[in-house]
Amino acid sequence: MYQKNPTIGKGFDWILIWLFVIFVMVGLLCIFSVEYRTTDNVIESFLGFKKNYSKQLFYFIACIILAAFILLSDSKLFTATANISYLIGIVLILATFVIGKEIKGSKSWIPLGFMNLQPVELCKIFTSLALAKYLSMLDMDFRKSQSQIIAAAISFAPAALSIMQGETGLALVYFSFLIPMYREGLPPGYLITGAAMAILLIASLLFSTKVLLIALACIGLIFIYFNRRQIKRSTTMLAWIISIWAFCSVFVGIVVPFAFKHVFKPYQADRIFSMVGVDNPFADKNAVNIVNLEEQKAKQKKSDQQNYNVKQSKIAIGSGGLLGKGFLKGTQTQGDFVPEQHTDFIFTSVGENFGFWGSTLLMLMYMGLIFRIIAVAERQRSTFSRVYAYSVASIIFFHVAVNICVTIGLAPVIGITLPLISYGGSSLLTFTILIFILIRLDADRQMVLR
Amino acid sequence: MSDFLMLDVHQLSTINHQPYTFNLQPPTLSVFNQSRKNVIMLVFASMFVIIILQLANLQIFSSKYKIMADDQGKFRKVIYPDRGIVYDRKHRPILQNMTIYDLMILPNKLKGIDTVAMCRILGIDSAQFAKKVVDVIVKNGRSRPSVFDALLTDEKMAMLNEAMYKFAPGFYLQERPVRSYPVDAGGNILGYLSEVDSNFLKKNITEGYQIGDYAGKTGLERTYEKVLMGQRGIEYWKRDNKNRLTERLEKGKFDTAAVAGNNMHLALDIELQALGEKLMANKLGAIVAVDPKTGGILAMISSPTFEPKLLTGATRKKHIAELLLNPALPLYNRTVSATYSPGSTFKTLQALVGLHEGVIKTSFRVACSGAFFGCGNGKPKCLDRGVFDLRGAITVSDNTYFATVMQKVINNPKYPSIDSSLSAWDKYMYAFGLGHKLGVDVPFEKSGYIPTPAFYNKIYGARHWNYCTFTSVSIGQGEVNVTPIQVANEMAFIANKGWYRIPHMVDSIEGGDKFNMLSKYQDQHNTTDIPDSVFEAVHDGMQNVVDRGTGIAAKVPGINICGKTGTVENYIHQVKQPNHAFFCGFAPRENPRIAIMCVVENSGRFGGTYAAPIVGLMIEKYLKDSITDKTRLERVEQLSKLNLIPPRIYKAIRTQDSMRHVRDSAYLVAKGYIKTIRDTMGLDDEDEQEALDKLKKDKESAKKEGQKKDSNRVPPKATIEGVLPDDRRRTEAKDTVKN
Repeated sequence: MYQKNPTIGKGFDWILIWLFVIFVMVGLLCIFSVEYRTTDNVIESFLGFKKNYSKQLFYFIACIILAAFILLSDSKLFTATANISYLIGIVLILATFVIGKEIKGSKSWIPLGFMNLQPVELCKIFTSLALAKYLSMLDMDFRKSQSQIIAAAISFAPAALSIMQGETGLALVYFSFLIPMYREGLPPGYLITGAAMAILLIASLLFSTKVLLIALACIGLIFIYFNRRQIKRSTTMLAWIISIWAFCSVFVGIVVPFAFKHVFKPYQADRIFSMVGVDNPFADKNAVNIVNLEEQKAKQKKSDQQNYNVKQSKIAIGSGGLLGKGFLKGTQTQGDFVPEQHTDFIFTSVGENFGFWGSTLLMLMYMGLIFRIIAVAERQRSTFSRVYAYSVASIIFFHVAVNICVTIGLAPVIGITLPLISYGGSSLLTFTILIFILIRLDADRQMVLR
Repeated sequence: MSDFLMLDVHQLSTINHQPYTFNLQPPTLSVFNQSRKNVIMLVFASMFVIIILQLANLQIFSSKYKIMADDQGKFRKVIYPDRGIVYDRKHRPILQNMTIYDLMILPNKLKGIDTVAMCRILGIDSAQFAKKVVDVIVKNGRSRPSVFDALLTDEKMAMLNEAMYKFAPGFYLQERPVRSYPVDAGGNILGYLSEVDSNFLKKNITEGYQIGDYAGKTGLERTYEKVLMGQRGIEYWKRDNKNRLTERLEKGKFDTAAVAGNNMHLALDIELQALGEKLMANKLGAIVAVDPKTGGILAMISSPTFEPKLLTGATRKKHIAELLLNPALPLYNRTVSATYSPGSTFKTLQALVGLHEGVIKTSFRVACSGAFFGCGNGKPKCLDRGVFDLRGAITVSDNTYFATVMQKVINNPKYPSIDSSLSAWDKYMYAFGLGHKLGVDVPFEKSGYIPTPAFYNKIYGARHWNYCTFTSVSIGQGEVNVTPIQVANEMAFIANKGWYRIPHMVDSIEGGDKFNMLSKYQDQHNTTDIPDSVFEAVHDGMQNVVDRGTGIAAKVPGINICGKTGTVENYIHQVKQPNHAFFCGFAPRENPRIAIMCVVENSGRFGGTYAAPIVGLMIEKYLKDSITDKTRLERVEQLSKLNLIPPRIYKAIRTQDSMRHVRDSAYLVAKGYIKTIRDTMGLDDEDEQEALDKLKKDKESAKKEGQKKDSNRVPPKATIEGVLPDDRRRTEAKDTVKN
């Protein structure tokens, strides 16, 4: 029963392990470059546990120990406890409504004394496991819409709770579970329709109605032109195109303005628009809403702050140039111009110190990590492992894409971390567990797990 | 139990997993989904491509972020070098540097500091203290150091220095170098520094000045700004988000070190200068003494002058306003900027022209029968009846003689027209250094005026004028205008028998004349070929002036002084003012070492009365190094106490004072003359003059109003107009002045 498994250590994917170590090291250097000043005594600071980089080093060591435990555990532990851990995760999130500590405007933290735990963050692991568990059920037929709804419910329940706490950034991450679902057979029509609707919605927020209607008409005509032969054969195609065009036009021209003018309250509309970073064009400029004046002011302040963050972030990254200013030579990151630069905006230090080549290298490394995980996923024989691996790849991808897009001004400010690099115990812990469970599962890929 | 179960499953799966998995997933579905991997990878990869493209856009293709980063993250700190020291001819420092301190405050470090003690030292109450702190925070922020009390006075500094440890780190002292003047003399020539303004920045765009910098505003500080300033150093610093300088960029790799300004050695004798200022106390006027051999200015006194240290450091703000508004114009350098009719001192030059043109000989005689009748109007008059040759005419300053000489020059048949003869005469005058700026290295030099044919053509029309139109010019009245420095230079010219070097303050610059500012002072201006014999005759006449003529008051035992007195009629808005006393000369005759002129404005009496004794004492001091004789020393004190300031100045001061009482400074600001207090580099002499003119006009109108209101009051006779004669005054001398 307790005999030593001779295969232990052999099946580990060392590429992933080394990538993990390299990323955390890069992260340590980045945090160091942000915080270090020439007057600092490096060794003292590293051991002093006062600076963020020394704390991150401590978290790293803790995570390595935890990782070792995960690697030495049995992979069946994760299949067996998937559902119960998911339940615990949900309970923890619910618990934050009662005992949550407010940090940076969201009450999603549980104080543990030595660190603050964010259950929504941890719940990514549990949700991945639970989704994997559900999709790997023996009698699973994912083509049934019932199964699809249940899978979506498992994925988005923590997100919904998170949004209720006001932590939208982390909630958005749960959209990444659509990718493993797609891989397991979710009809692409859903994703395409969803993506198209999202694009249409965002576009209707960003651009004026007139422009959009013209653009839609143009797109419709282009489609008709390219499909003219098919249309000649049967008019069904034309009917489809026209009906889609009509729907989109009605949506953009009537539904959206109506919703913003009459359905949403002004502050809600403002909030939605501020999420995409534009002023509310439907706002009644003359009406002074006294009740919401204070709130509006606070919102305005927050929005200004976010604009400032993005501007400073772009300045820091842009000033890096092709080759960068050199390690510890960044004037912007060293001058504390970029707020949150050791957490959400850590990429600025890479951009400034190492320039385009450094940033691109980091991006390629992330791409390498994600593609490696996909490769690992595809070699799994069990659905559980594959779904889990895809979940990990998607979560990492979503974090990286959104985080970097925020820092380079391609996305509105959404507070999520850069995996393995951003400072923060909670984030590092989550990704360590995610990756090392995957490595553990992968090591046992010869087994069939549920 | 669970252990057992797990083990069981484990064994089961290891045994026959192969068929199991195939059973689990229908092959069709699996194959279909396999391809979805590529779709997912494509989506992921395209996202990374978008990111990399945006990175390229930000980091490679757009340069604005780099500029913005440099703007906010780097700071170019200018390091000011010590300004050069100025020494006089005996290597005594007369303008050097002194360090005073600003009290700096760091508002965010004020906690736990004994502010009450600080208030006591600064002499303010806690409410004022709190207000000042708030002001500082509003202006500069909490975390940046700000000036709490600028340019501490010596007393405050002494108190603070002892107790400073109590106030750290919320307060600290910051050095600030200021100029100091070891000898209380030469304020007008040394000049002072003031903050540069936008005009100055525009003019000196390549010199690297910034708002807040100081630059020489007047005097040598202005002329030799480049030399004295040295080379600014530049340090590049990193700056943080609170605008604090954190550390040197790249450990100072791009920095340039500051180079101290060069020291300068003047020809000036500061003791002579101090004596001159003492003699000119309580008078308006000027003295200029030049070394005829080198052109070096030995003394340059413009009276009233000011204590130069009043315009540096803590007391500057207060005094600059006072000085600028003073109707006696203490900041006005009369030696180069004021123009006067030269009066009889001009006659020596007429003698030279007459002799050189060959229209007279030294033996040429003219009888003075009471006036010059060459034009039939009996003007100008002459006082000493008799028949005089050249020497005698100079000695007694015979108006008729020189009117005759100039008539001969102008009506010389060798010139076809009066235009050409007057032009020829003008050429002589220009050659003597009149009618144009000499190029003195003291700023704001005026050119004076020598009337030209074009001038008379314009006024009277061509051929509608002749010599009789400007007879008074021959005796230095009328249209001719000179500056004191020009008169002194003219004396040097006569002393050297035909040449001069441009008068200048600076003899040499330590480290070489990098800006080529001194080379023009080496040139000897041999502008005419008048033979020595001609000069000898003029010298004879001039020596007689001092030995037994009108300038006998200038006599110094044992020294042969050549001199010439002048009594200059002058008018302010056609109202005759008391005469200016002129005396100019050089000594010793055999080997001239000093050429000097003195003007005492509106002193009344004659040039020999007031100006001659002053010149005598100056010559004695310079040639004998000191005045030892008791009676002579008494004479110095006597002259120093002699008050010759014309009553109009006192009247103006009184008007100004009463105006100040009646209407406070807000009124002055509204009326626009407080703008003179702005005290910035852009205020050139013209600006100041303009402002002062305005002030005068305003006072006049105020007075008129007063008169209207109080008709019983007797209207004052003299106006309180300009201290200086108007340029190009067209009124002819009404009365003959002979001296």
